[in-house]
Amino acid sequence: MGWLTDPLSLELFQRALIAAMVMGATCGAIGAYVVLRRLAFIGDALSHAVFPGVVLAYVGGFPIFVGAMVAGALTSLAIAIVSRGQRIREDTAIGIFFAGAFALGIVLISTQTGYQRDLGAFLVGDLLGVSWGQIAASAVSGALVIGLLVALRKELLLASFDRVYAQALGYPVFALELLLLLLLTATIVVSLSAVGIILVLAMLVTPAATARLLVDRFTPMMITGAGLGALYGVVGWYASFYLAWSPGGAIVLTATLAFVIAFVLSPSHGMLAHRLRRHPQHGALRPAIDPPAGHDHGPREDRVVASVERRHPPGR
Amino acid sequence: MATNQAGLVLRGLSAGYGETWVLDGIDLVVPPGRLVGVIGPNGSGKSTLLRAILGLVPNKAGSATLDGAPIEGQRRRVAYVPQRELVDWSFPLSASQVVGMGRYPRIGPVRGPSSGDRQAVAATLDRVGMGALGDRQIGALSGGQQQRVFLARALVQEASVLLLDEPMTGVDRATEEAITELMGDLRDDGATILHATHDLEGAADASDLLCFVNGRVVAFGPPAATFTPETLHATFGGELMIMDAGDHAHVHGGGHHGGHDSAGGREHGTDRWVG
Repeated sequence: MGWLTDPLSLELFQRALIAAMVMGATCGAIGAYVVLRRLAFIGDALSHAVFPGVVLAYVGGFPIFVGAMVAGALTSLAIAIVSRGQRIREDTAIGIFFAGAFALGIVLISTQTGYQRDLGAFLVGDLLGVSWGQIAASAVSGALVIGLLVALRKELLLASFDRVYAQALGYPVFALELLLLLLLTATIVVSLSAVGIILVLAMLVTPAATARLLVDRFTPMMITGAGLGALYGVVGWYASFYLAWSPGGAIVLTATLAFVIAFVLSPSHGMLAHRLRRHPQHGALRPAIDPPAGHDHGPREDRVVASVERRHPPGR
Repeated sequence: MATNQAGLVLRGLSAGYGETWVLDGIDLVVPPGRLVGVIGPNGSGKSTLLRAILGLVPNKAGSATLDGAPIEGQRRRVAYVPQRELVDWSFPLSASQVVGMGRYPRIGPVRGPSSGDRQAVAATLDRVGMGALGDRQIGALSGGQQQRVFLARALVQEASVLLLDEPMTGVDRATEEAITELMGDLRDDGATILHATHDLEGAADASDLLCFVNGRVVAFGPPAATFTPETLHATFGGELMIMDAGDHAHVHGGGHHGGHDSAGGREHGTDRWVG
């Protein structure tokens, strides 16, 4: 097992590996919401929106986390406020502020001397450049994100699944949505050093999407996504070490490859399983065809319900 | 005088989404333990009425009180069953998990459901005839089964007012009958129920009171007093004409009132809707 432990003799590499794992786990956990709420575009937008804040922090010498959070929060707020009216739709508002903020970042960095090398680090990550201080900040932010996702799991899930019902129960749905965007921003900041602004979208979407192919319940999906994200961080990092690839690129490619494998081979939702079962993909029709889900729950009653529904198909 | 009135009281309730009111100046008093059918054509404001009671419309005026206090301060006492099409049924949730959402306010943040909550969910699933399907993925349920899940989620809240937005739309006949029976049982237990529906005949048979809505309350009262040709035409106008022509038995089949003049109503309706 020398090949596993050898790289870790250098502190530089230990730091890189830890940063990759923290990034992967945090992205994979919040990714459940990104996938289910179809926030991929918003996630992409946010990752670009934090850019000017990161550059300002870099230039001004204050913590990158602070700059990114402020820029991300301001942009999220602007998007939320502008798209509340009826005239400007949310995707339009996102497009406006996401590109605008990214342009501001590029302009800011172009005013600095020798900016081209630094720009690359922002865009695709710089795992070998992380300090212990950055790792500590990432770990605290990641733990905070995951902690809040767990503490408010019921409220966030309800507001995501059925917004109107959540409002009817009196939940502050707008505040919950804003919180989710802030957690997303924090996750992106955690990920910047590992995969950078451009590739972070893959980590927000791919592990969670892979988890969705493997499990059918929300909490397992979130746990699986976090586990897969961390695993991709490790596998991708080793690949980059031995093959001399870009670490960010290797981590994301690992995630993509794993998704494709799951898409084809997943026992429940994979392409191959569907083909073998020769089922049409209409989930709504399945209860009338499938046997009852659990034998210990009174299969007889289930059969009666199923046969009644077969005679009166729902008018969809 | 009306502030301490028991039951659901709406005073001058107006609601809208943009610059105009969809509902304008609704006054309604529903005593406790009544089953009310809310009837009106598409776009008449049936759904908006239910949402306005909960305060879920962007623009509103007037008041909605329950037993003398504003609804907004006691939302847990009101259970809302939204239209089924509004949610994404591919979410990785089981039927039990969705029903369990009705208990979230009483569980509070951070904590998980207690064994009491789980028992309430299981018992409610049984009550809507879904006892065997609690573990099933919601996307694998039929339309009728999904509607039963939504109904169970409202029941498990143990609310005193139920607002159901077209619960019969797109469900099988067994579910339709089950929902009608359940609403009757809940009413007998003292719940106040408002259900929006397209089914005139069914609503007239099942409800204690009918509320005809078309931007305002056209008529409100027992079916025998309100299910009249005049009310129907004032509410539906041109749309009723289509129902007269296409399914004559449907409107008359309830047997409440047989002898209205279709030709006269047709003219009346055309004037009202095309003009």
